Parts: sequence; structure tokens; C-alpha cells
Amino acid sequence: MPELTQKRPEFRNINAIKDLTTYRLPPAGWVSILHRVSGALMFLLLPLIVWLFDTSVSSEISHDVFQSAFSAGIGFVPGVLVKLVVLAIIWAYLHHLIAGLRHLYMDVNHAVSKEFGKSSALFTLVLSIGLTVVLGAKLFGLY
Amino acid sequence: MSVNYGSKRVVTGAHYGLRDWLAQRITGALFALLTFIVLAKVLLTSGPLGYEGWAAIFSPQWMKALTFAVFVALAYHIWIGMRDIWMDYVKPAGIRLVLHVFTIVWLVACLGWAVQVLWRL
Repeated sequence: MPELTQKRPEFRNINAIKDLTTYRLPPAGWVSILHRVSGALMFLLLPLIVWLFDTSVSSEISHDVFQSAFSAGIGFVPGVLVKLVVLAIIWAYLHHLIAGLRHLYMDVNHAVSKEFGKSSALFTLVLSIGLTVVLGAKLFGLY
Repeated sequence: MSVNYGSKRVVTGAHYGLRDWLAQRITGALFALLTFIVLAKVLLTSGPLGYEGWAAIFSPQWMKALTFAVFVALAYHIWIGMRDIWMDYVKPAGIRLVLHVFTIVWLVACLGWAVQVLWRL
């Protein structure tokens, strides 16, 4: 009965533009891929993060350089771009931290159920984006 | 999938399964702990933080030692995470090797800089 075993479609060499955009991820899937994206982003921006730590903490003079980078910019980079990149770091850190604590909570409690996966994923997304908005408004001087 | 056991077993990948899984969690928890310590110190500072308040957070010897240890742990955490990403998306061994070397150099350089900032305070 060779006709019964119908040839199943194979998906290889997934096209990042054509195929990935058609994926409909559940909330836990978004938390998972954003955990990876935020981690990679912070890895690439690590020299900037260390620079922020260095200038902010080393001396009063460097602290002034640190502060003016946000208001007047630094070198050829305008201040608003510094703020946008720092906002990206803030989001990446918040998402990575909360999603990481979600991992730890699930590991410790063996809280592995479909419902908890979904609700905790939504909690992670709402809290990280919400805190990013609150801190971003502060960063851009809205309050 | 053909035979994948015994002498036919496919031996690729990192082979540090449990050890790195556990290290990833412990180092992550350590960094979360440092975050909350710094956050608590910021919130407990009276008045505007400014340079003095911010530098005072890291100046006690125990805080320097703790931050140093957590930075080293964090570098290991980032190494595991980035190696996972390269292993998932980059298959050619040559390119992967270059990316691994880049990751290590990038991390060690940043770590050295951060440690220098910490200990000259």
C-alpha cells in the first residue's frame, strides 16, 4: 500500500523574511525569543554599558561627561540617540531579568502547566514593557 | 533520523548540558541579587543621588568584592548564552569558531575594563 503513505511536506532552510513573519507565537513564545534577543542586544552593547558604569562612578568630572552625554550628546552622537539606545538597554535588562526570574520560579516550583506558562508570560511582557514606559518617560524628562 | 546511539551516536554540541544549565541559573540569580542590592541602596539614599551617592554605593570593600564576583559570574552567564545562540544559528564550523573567539575576546575585554573601574574607586 504505497499510496497510503502520503509524502509529507518538509520545511528546510527557513527563509527569515518570508517564513518567520508568518509564525504566530503564543505569549510564552514571545517571552522566549525576546529573552534571547534582549540577551544578544546587551552582549553587543556591553562596551557602552561598561562605559556608562565607568563615567558615572569614576569621578565628579567623568560624572559630568556621563550626564551631558544624555543632554548634549557625546562626540558626533546626539543626546536623543544616547537616550534611545539606553532605553533599549533598559527594556532589554527588564525583560531579561523578569523572564529569567520566571524561569527560576518555574524550576523551583515545577510550575509547568500550559495555563501558568501563558499567564506568567503575559505578566512578564506587561511588567517589562510597563516599567520600560515608566522609566523611559523619566529618561526623556516627561516628569 | 537514522540510528543515533552506540557507535553511530552523533557527537556534536557542547556536552555541558546540566552543568551549564545550572551555572546559567546560579549566575543569573546572582546578578538579580546584585540588582536588588543596588536598587535598595539607591532607594535608601536620602535626597538626590548625584555623583557622591552613586559612588558611595560601590565604595565599601564588601560591595566591591561582591560586585567583582558577580561580574565574573555574569561573564560566564553571557558566554553560555551567546554560545547557545551561535550553536543554534551558525552551522559552518569555521565561522562558528571565529564567532566564539570574538565572543570570548569581547567578554574578557569588557570584564577587565569593568573590574578596573571597580577597584580604582
